[in-house]
Amino acid sequence: MKSRSAWMRYAALGIVALVMLYPLIWLVGATFKTNAEIFTEVGFWPRSFDFDAYAKGWKTSTEYTFATYFLNSFAIVIPRIAVTVVSCVLVAYAFARFEFWGKKWLFGVMVATMMLPLIVLRLPQYLMFREFGWLDTYWPLVLPSAFATDTFFVFMLVQFLRGIPRDMEEAAMIDGCNALQMLWHIIVPLLKPAIISVIVFQFIWTMNDFMGPLIYLSSVEKYPVSLALKMSIGATEEVAWANVIAISVVALLPSVAVFFMAQRHFIDGAASSGIKG
Amino acid sequence: MAQLSLSRIEKVYPNGFKAVHGVDLQVRDGEFMVFVGPSGCAKSTLLRMIAGLESITGGELRIGERVVNELTPKQRGIAMVFQNYALYPHMKVYDNLAFGLKLAGTPKAEVDQRVRHAAQLLEMEHLLDRYPKQLSGGQAQRVAVGRAIVKKPEVFLFDEPLSNLDAKLRASMRVRLTELLRPARHRRLRHS
Repeated sequence: MKSRSAWMRYAALGIVALVMLYPLIWLVGATFKTNAEIFTEVGFWPRSFDFDAYAKGWKTSTEYTFATYFLNSFAIVIPRIAVTVVSCVLVAYAFARFEFWGKKWLFGVMVATMMLPLIVLRLPQYLMFREFGWLDTYWPLVLPSAFATDTFFVFMLVQFLRGIPRDMEEAAMIDGCNALQMLWHIIVPLLKPAIISVIVFQFIWTMNDFMGPLIYLSSVEKYPVSLALKMSIGATEEVAWANVIAISVVALLPSVAVFFMAQRHFIDGAASSGIKG
Repeated sequence: MAQLSLSRIEKVYPNGFKAVHGVDLQVRDGEFMVFVGPSGCAKSTLLRMIAGLESITGGELRIGERVVNELTPKQRGIAMVFQNYALYPHMKVYDNLAFGLKLAGTPKAEVDQRVRHAAQLLEMEHLLDRYPKQLSGGQAQRVAVGRAIVKKPEVFLFDEPLSNLDAKLRASMRVRLTELLRPARHRRLRHS
């Protein structure tokens, strides 16, 4: 009886999962199809398996291959993640553990900036970076994150830290930690699951960011994957959709890989602290 | 070891609530002192004030000859065992014990010697390679005591050290603690 209900549950979940995943499955199938097939068939199974689209898509119509664009993407993503983690952890630590003048008000302001539509920042930021002479460089894409401007992450880390009991920090204080040693030896290890979430989100969001690179980058050799993908949909000639889709599939892989690598750390939360009884 | 003296120690919280009303107390070198009282009578607060985790708003606290009101916990030469042990979950037992010594810049060989000595005293040498989550309540308690012992503090502070143990363990731990700390001075706090 029990196994039967379990079977039913798995079947229902499986069907829902299939419906949710179908566009993705179709996407992979479409990379083996011709334009005519793509627009006429709803099924995902292609008539033949030919990896030509991947090879052609990878080469692009420019003088660079997608290898360049991937490297460019990583050249933005990796430094950005590094500065995000450092700045957000520092700010969250201050908000969660220290008393200072105007703390509540400042926290309110910070949370309020989350409601701000990003678009209102575009113009002033663009003008500022133009004055700095940083157009067509990666600085405008990386530097703002070094000042904990990704307030969502700060908020998330603060909430996580508030859930961690202070006893361990008090023990560390008695052991002789100063504020920075405490952060490094005690807080950061306890925050690990939250920090990994920050890394994953920032990776995926930055990989997918289209607007930022579009505004600030003008030389093709500096384009990240998101822009290069758009570029491969040419304006004049007929688009070979299989090539574009093939590269979209490849472009998805890093994000998916990062997500699965980090998955088991999400689960390992603050619950595994040394408290018993 | 040192003498601990409190004179007219007060605690007033920023909201005006007065928790500790001028406590005078002398604890002689090597003396074993227990605070007993109903829940909420500021036993823990007083202990935390001695430890330096809570600020002192009035009076004078001396450890040995020094006035320590404004000193950090580290400078006071105290060690404290917390009710829920507060072991560092990401460090092995060995590192839990060694952490304070390493921070103080103690030479590696001495750290090792002191950690192993404490582990031997508490009969937990076999636990040194484990993480806190792999310990039973009684074992975690011993690690917490060990962490206090390795520091060779002037004053041992225990905040309800036995309340998380079952009755049998509590009885045996009580005996063991008395034996262990006989030459030392410390104050302990409990509800029972």
